[in-house]
Amino acid sequence: MSWYANRTIEQKRVVWAWTFLAVPLAFYVLVRFYPTLESFYVSLHSWRLIGERRWVGLDNYVRLATDPVFWKVFANTFIYLIVGTPLSIVLSFVVAYQLDRVRFMHGFIRALYFLPFLTTAAAMAWVWRWFYQPVPIGVINNALASLGIPQITFLASTTNALPAILATAIWHGLGFQVIIFMAGLRAIPTSYYEAARIDGVTDWTILREITIPLMRPTVIFLVVFSSIGYLRIFDQVYNMTTNDPGGPLDSTKPLVLLIYQTAFRSYELGYAAAQTVVLFVVLLAISLLQLRLMKDR
Amino acid sequence: MATARPLPAYLAGIRPGRIVAWTLLAIGGVLMVTPVFYMLMTSLKLPHEVYQLTLIPREPTLENYFYVLKDGRFMRWFMNSLLIATIVTLSNVFFDSLVGYVLAKFTFRGRYVVFLAILSTLMIPTEMLVIPWYMMSAAFGWLDTTWGIMFPGVMTAFGTFLMKQFFETVPDDFLDAARIDGQGEFAIWWTIAMPLVTPALSALAIFVFLGNWTAFLWPLIVTTSPNLYTLPVGLTTFSVEQQIDWELIMTGASLATIPTLLIFLIFQRYIIRGVVLAGLKG
Amino acid sequence: MRILKSLAAAALLAVGFAGGVKAQSVEIEYWQYTFETRVRAMDELIKRFEAANPGIKVKHVNFPYNDYRTKVSAAMAAGQGPDVVQLFYGWLDDFHNSKILQPLPAAAFPAAKIEAEYFPMVREMKRDGAYYALPTAVRSLSVFYNTRLMKEAGLDPAKPPATLDALLDAAKKMTKRDASGNITQVGIGAGVEWQDQHWWREVLVRQFGGTPYSAEGRQVTYNSEAGLKALTWYVDMFRTHKVTARNFMDEPQAAFRAQRAGLMVDGNFRIGALERTRGLEWIVAPLPSHNGIRSNYGSYWVNGITASSKGAKLDAATKFLAFVTTPEAMQHWLDVTGELPAREAAAYSKSATESPIYGPFVAGLKEAHATRFVDESAQRQLVMDAVSRILLENQDPAVSLKIMAEAEQKLLDGFYKK
Repeated sequence: MSWYANRTIEQKRVVWAWTFLAVPLAFYVLVRFYPTLESFYVSLHSWRLIGERRWVGLDNYVRLATDPVFWKVFANTFIYLIVGTPLSIVLSFVVAYQLDRVRFMHGFIRALYFLPFLTTAAAMAWVWRWFYQPVPIGVINNALASLGIPQITFLASTTNALPAILATAIWHGLGFQVIIFMAGLRAIPTSYYEAARIDGVTDWTILREITIPLMRPTVIFLVVFSSIGYLRIFDQVYNMTTNDPGGPLDSTKPLVLLIYQTAFRSYELGYAAAQTVVLFVVLLAISLLQLRLMKDR
Repeated sequence: MATARPLPAYLAGIRPGRIVAWTLLAIGGVLMVTPVFYMLMTSLKLPHEVYQLTLIPREPTLENYFYVLKDGRFMRWFMNSLLIATIVTLSNVFFDSLVGYVLAKFTFRGRYVVFLAILSTLMIPTEMLVIPWYMMSAAFGWLDTTWGIMFPGVMTAFGTFLMKQFFETVPDDFLDAARIDGQGEFAIWWTIAMPLVTPALSALAIFVFLGNWTAFLWPLIVTTSPNLYTLPVGLTTFSVEQQIDWELIMTGASLATIPTLLIFLIFQRYIIRGVVLAGLKG
Repeated sequence: MRILKSLAAAALLAVGFAGGVKAQSVEIEYWQYTFETRVRAMDELIKRFEAANPGIKVKHVNFPYNDYRTKVSAAMAAGQGPDVVQLFYGWLDDFHNSKILQPLPAAAFPAAKIEAEYFPMVREMKRDGAYYALPTAVRSLSVFYNTRLMKEAGLDPAKPPATLDALLDAAKKMTKRDASGNITQVGIGAGVEWQDQHWWREVLVRQFGGTPYSAEGRQVTYNSEAGLKALTWYVDMFRTHKVTARNFMDEPQAAFRAQRAGLMVDGNFRIGALERTRGLEWIVAPLPSHNGIRSNYGSYWVNGITASSKGAKLDAATKFLAFVTTPEAMQHWLDVTGELPAREAAAYSKSATESPIYGPFVAGLKEAHATRFVDESAQRQLVMDAVSRILLENQDPAVSLKIMAEAEQKLLDGFYKK
């Protein structure tokens, strides 16, 4: 104790800092860093959960590169990402921009848009799954049929299933994006608009010349946030395709579902770890891109 | 109705375009809640009404709820989810703010390294860690335990970063004054700094709670026994079992959704503010 | 002081006593997947077993089929598995190779007795001269018909279709469409992800003159003219005759229970659920023959003792396994779950063979083939994908069949090479 008593205030604070950090640092090392390294390490092995690990070098990666299912899944994941992100950003911006200018029932309408964000994706996936069923039980197709319109095959189609699932993911995340965009819009000083107004500029020009450029940081944040979300899509696909997971014909299977199946259905932990490394690399690339974009500002 | 801010001069005078925009916006909003509303309404329908395209049940009944809650499974899953989300939230509020505070208010060698290290974990996707976590849980006997479900989330880099941002806005004078009064460092953080960042704490709590309440992948992997399932995992198995009875599935889904909806209706303003805070600063 | 000492002694004694009692009673864990009637049947058997064997407690754990196999392997790897575990017969090779199971104690389960008393397909459970698992019940396939829909379509429930052509004809008559041409009632509830995969593999392929696999199950032999005819016949129900639709009401049995399917091919394990569906009137008929050939698919779930069960637990597990394979246990299983006894004598009991519901299944057991799966879920996925390619991508059935056969052969080769 006397050692501590003899320290200066500054030194004492250093001791306190490390005391406070001790447990959290242990956590980060054991539950974040060590597992990350272990994933890389396991990805270089053949390991089927039961039995021993066998060093196979880069075999798992070679297998990935030559596995048509992996490329299909990789492409699916990119479709979720590349369609989902811009579509949800544009939609939510339009909603936020209009909502920002609405006074009548503003709070209520905002709540309507935000509400889906608070639902459980796994639970709502079943609601959507029911909506998408063919006649005689599916809500959407029953409605179409009652209007005399031929029914649409949603989940049982190789072309429609992915968009149908993606739509539910967009629906789920839209409210968050709207709220963030509105906060961003609010942060723009009204004096900008008033100045423009005095100059007699049209709404459209204000939007293009003032609003959108000033919203850049918000847009970048949301693009990164939502692309990471779409990259990791799982709950919806898992719950909407339980009869043929990721099907039909792997047309809806995203990377995380493939990882789940490889690791926890086929027990090929080494191969699954290699797939997670790919996910990591893609995510890293997106994060670096974000840093780059932020710097350009 | 609530006006969010004074109407700028250029918006004075309602034009037809605005009415069209409002109408479209309102229709969009109604469409957004339709699935949730339809789910809730279907959970009140009798089986023979389920596949008719009526929104409001003709003979509303709570029979589905009695049926679903009868065997106690849902209550169990509900309590599991509540317990796990609450503990993890409290843990995050404690640890994330403690670390955030240290990183914001203490100067020591290695601070920046620690900060960068924690920040860098934001780039590691959870999905990458589930396999090592699983191995770890197997080694320590955490598989199929409540702790096994919780441990990966007891601290988050996101929360730490958020709290650090907020603690930086707390003036040093406050803390120094307390130090001169002879208060301990822990007490200063807990009794002086923490109350100054309550908006951030509630934002963090909302995000962490919601994240854990809806979490699916890891609980799905780590649990075996149905009595340890969380609500989303339990609902999935329940739905796979039911298959034919969509009104029962809708009832189960409603049970998972109603709590968050209620909380939202009561604390709407705080939640939206919290989400904005967490989203923009985090 | 003295009082304290004697108190301490008493406490020690009490602890020792409690410990002693504990040592005498042993708890074993039993795992199966969640299927309501099976869970109920097993709960009752456990109750009877515990009453007959005081000192042995059986903890019954069950979880959904979807995750069942994963969880068993994972728990065994983590050393947290059960003592007695239920597994699908098709998983035995995998479980055997992974050393999850130990051979059944030969003293309690002599091989000669098993072979004399059980249906021949149970011999699949023998590896290197030792049995590794035993079933309580066996299953076969039959056709379920909705009698109300049959009558509506002018069919006589007393004379269900006996041939494949008649079955297709009945399905056509029971299919209904709405004004826009959408199917609102399927003639046959079908989906290869369910029992149809077995119907195709072990029944249709044989009926069109082929065999699905070589005798030891190491070679795929369905990539033949017969296999192609069988596959084409199956997919034509969807694409040509349009008597069924993919994912109709999500599952064939769901459609059947909702009275939206005229017939379906399913196993006897479905009986319990159908009996509990109010307002549903149905009959069971044997699988139709074709070209004069009859066949069936037999399958069963077995119980095995895990490698980690030792000492007193192993003794208890042995007793438990013996108990759940007694003829009485099988009869109880039949009563509750509708699954057929695995012992021939019990299955051919008067009550089973003469029952209009169980009769067709018991008869089916005689002609049943059990597929020797190496990876049941992967092999199932291959059939699903083969059908999906034809129906969704208009692939030529011959090409699709070839792709499936090659993929499955690769799977078999990979397995037997090990």
